[in-house]
Amino acid sequence: MTENSERRVVSVIVINEASVLSRITNLFSGRGYNITSLTVAPIPDTRYSRLTIVTAGSVRVIEQITKQLHKLIPVLKVYEHADIVEKEMALVKFPITENITDIGTLCQAYNGKIVNVGDNVVIAMVADEPHRIDNFLSIIKRYNPKEIVRGGAVALER
Amino acid sequence: MQITGAQMVIEAFIAEGVDTVFGYPGGAIMNVYDEIYKQNGFKHILNRHEQASIHAAEGYAKASGKVGVAMITSGPGFTNAVTGLADAYMDSVPLVVVSGQVPMSLIGTDGFQEIDAVGISRPCTKHNYLVTNAADLPRILKEAFYIARSGRPGPVHVDIPKDVTAQIAEFNYDIELDLETYKPHTKGNPRQIKKAIEAIAKAKRPLFYLGGGIINSNASYEVRELVHKTGIPAVETLMARGVLSYDDDLLISMLGMHGSYAANMAMSETDLVIGLGVRFDDRVTGKLSEFAKNADVIHVDIDPASISKLVNADYPIVGDVKNVVIEMLALVEQIDSDNYESWRETISNFDELHPLTFHEDTDRLKPQWVVKRVGELLGDSANISTDVGQHQMWAAQFYPFTRPNQWITSGGLGTMGFGFPAAIGVKVATPDKTSVNFTGDGSILMNVQELMTAVEKKIPVINIILNNNFLGMVRQWQTLFYNKRHSETDLSVQPDFVKLSEAFGGIGYRVTTKEEFDAALKDAVEKNVVAFIEVIVERFENVMPMVPSGGSLFNMMLLEKKETK
Ligand SMILES: Cc1ncc(C[n+]2csc(CCOP(=O)(O)OP(=O)(O)O)c2C)c(N)n1
Ligand SMILES: [Mg+2]
Repeated sequence: MTENSERRVVSVIVINEASVLSRITNLFSGRGYNITSLTVAPIPDTRYSRLTIVTAGSVRVIEQITKQLHKLIPVLKVYEHADIVEKEMALVKFPITENITDIGTLCQAYNGKIVNVGDNVVIAMVADEPHRIDNFLSIIKRYNPKEIVRGGAVALER
Repeated sequence: MQITGAQMVIEAFIAEGVDTVFGYPGGAIMNVYDEIYKQNGFKHILNRHEQASIHAAEGYAKASGKVGVAMITSGPGFTNAVTGLADAYMDSVPLVVVSGQVPMSLIGTDGFQEIDAVGISRPCTKHNYLVTNAADLPRILKEAFYIARSGRPGPVHVDIPKDVTAQIAEFNYDIELDLETYKPHTKGNPRQIKKAIEAIAKAKRPLFYLGGGIINSNASYEVRELVHKTGIPAVETLMARGVLSYDDDLLISMLGMHGSYAANMAMSETDLVIGLGVRFDDRVTGKLSEFAKNADVIHVDIDPASISKLVNADYPIVGDVKNVVIEMLALVEQIDSDNYESWRETISNFDELHPLTFHEDTDRLKPQWVVKRVGELLGDSANISTDVGQHQMWAAQFYPFTRPNQWITSGGLGTMGFGFPAAIGVKVATPDKTSVNFTGDGSILMNVQELMTAVEKKIPVINIILNNNFLGMVRQWQTLFYNKRHSETDLSVQPDFVKLSEAFGGIGYRVTTKEEFDAALKDAVEKNVVAFIEVIVERFENVMPMVPSGGSLFNMMLLEKKETK
């Protein structure tokens, strides 16, 4: 009886205090659920932070986790998104010997640019929908990227 | 006023109206114990194991409806208490548990008796705090009590480093709590309630499914009124025993794995389940896909996470059961109890076909007889606690409960060792009732040291040990599902329970006949000291009926039919 596993994005607004992150991640790990990505940052001018969690699971389990998240005392709101704008950032380090012009042009197609040039490497930045970041990262393989960092998704309801 | 963190704990307890603290001292909590020594606002009961302190606080809470309070030290004191916290969490028992912690400067250094207590208690408490500054203590303690008793109740753990208990700061308990993120939903949605009443009015075979949430919400008398005004039959979960009185015509019995035939059949045939303060535990539902298969479901619970967790609710109502039932009572005229006449008849036919009973067909006493007999002799005058195993199920099946908070058992976690310390807490909370603990020869040894607590503090708990020389419930499964391979469940080698009780200063009886049992119980009630009554019962008795794990409620193993003389 395996239910369909779907990619889900959950936003959680929490009081910005010690231990709140582990309260939240415990709910996932206690059920054997993996968190695909997680971003946290304070919401300006409030005592709250916003977490954006990307996970995969059956509708039923995610619904249960959302309710359990809501039960945590420091949690103000939980949104399980349907209609959202979602963006993710990635940084990629290339050898300076690669074709920098090509890389720069590619970056532009993904809302990015070259952000740092050093003696041996250049660093490029892109920001786009997570699946577009997947595309970008597969395309740039031919330029021998030395290191890749993805930022994890952030999302807002439309 | 400017006082130390330790003094704040005392002042907060007194402000909360705490009259009893169960606990055990140690290095990290000594500053607080020093203040306990100096005060006389509440009494402290020294259990002989921290697990027992938590269970005693649970027993106190369940019998009194108040928040139970326990205090323990860091490291091993705390880890000993974890089973108790988990037990209280599973059964939604309101507790505030204060533990000592190593000083802030030693946290994270593997200090002596340091353990990440809040890390461990996080998944088994409703909420927890590590206090890093004495100035935060008044607010944290006030929040702890409020969170423990409000919404769906539960244990709250407050971990206080030793240096924080010595810090001096301003104490003002007269503060407004600002819990913007915690606002339990207590009023049910009126439109949903109206729809639910309409559904009940239309149903042909509705059934009340009553759970422990009713007791937490102190709603039993309102629920009794609703049941009587509608004429709708009711089943109770293990945790709801006593919501309806045993002699209520509309009470079918307990349902679930060891529920009665009639209760389980009613649940299988109903067309509308009216769940009040329930959580569709797997021990209740059996195979989920077959559970109340043809029924719509009304589900009233204060915890939104309980609703549609396992069984989809057609009429979800988030709210405090008491409020919702009062709202329902206002609309009850729409329901005609005559409509359910034939349904009630169907159910009484179920009950006649396979009544909840037992056979007295061996030389030895039957454990069920013992439970019934205690019911006849003590009835309403006793509060009943249990340990975990067959004896627990027999107590639930055969004791004549007459009121809520009379029945104190470990349901969700099923913790052997719960009964005796819980019964101590029950006796402290309700001194005018006889406190009886039905226990087994296995379970009693899991907190037997509480004899010392009961003797020292003169807490006359009567432990009735239904001695079958087995870890009986496990033996039953081995008999039925493991081809009688009784692996490590034979308890033939045993202590002398009479001498054991006497060694601590209690009294003991060993009985093998009905006459001896009556005499022992009467004597124990009169002597009014902690007692063991060891009853030698039939070894191979099984708890029946039984829904095998994962089976459907309507597929029960039943008591063999016998000619009655
Ligand atoms: C702490 C703990 N350990 C193990 C179990 C598993 N268990 C459930 S019932 C039972 C047997 C209990 O034996 P006893 O107390 O003699 O009661 P009986 O079933 O014989 O009435 C066991 C071992 C448990 N519930 N709790
Ligand atoms: Mg036994």
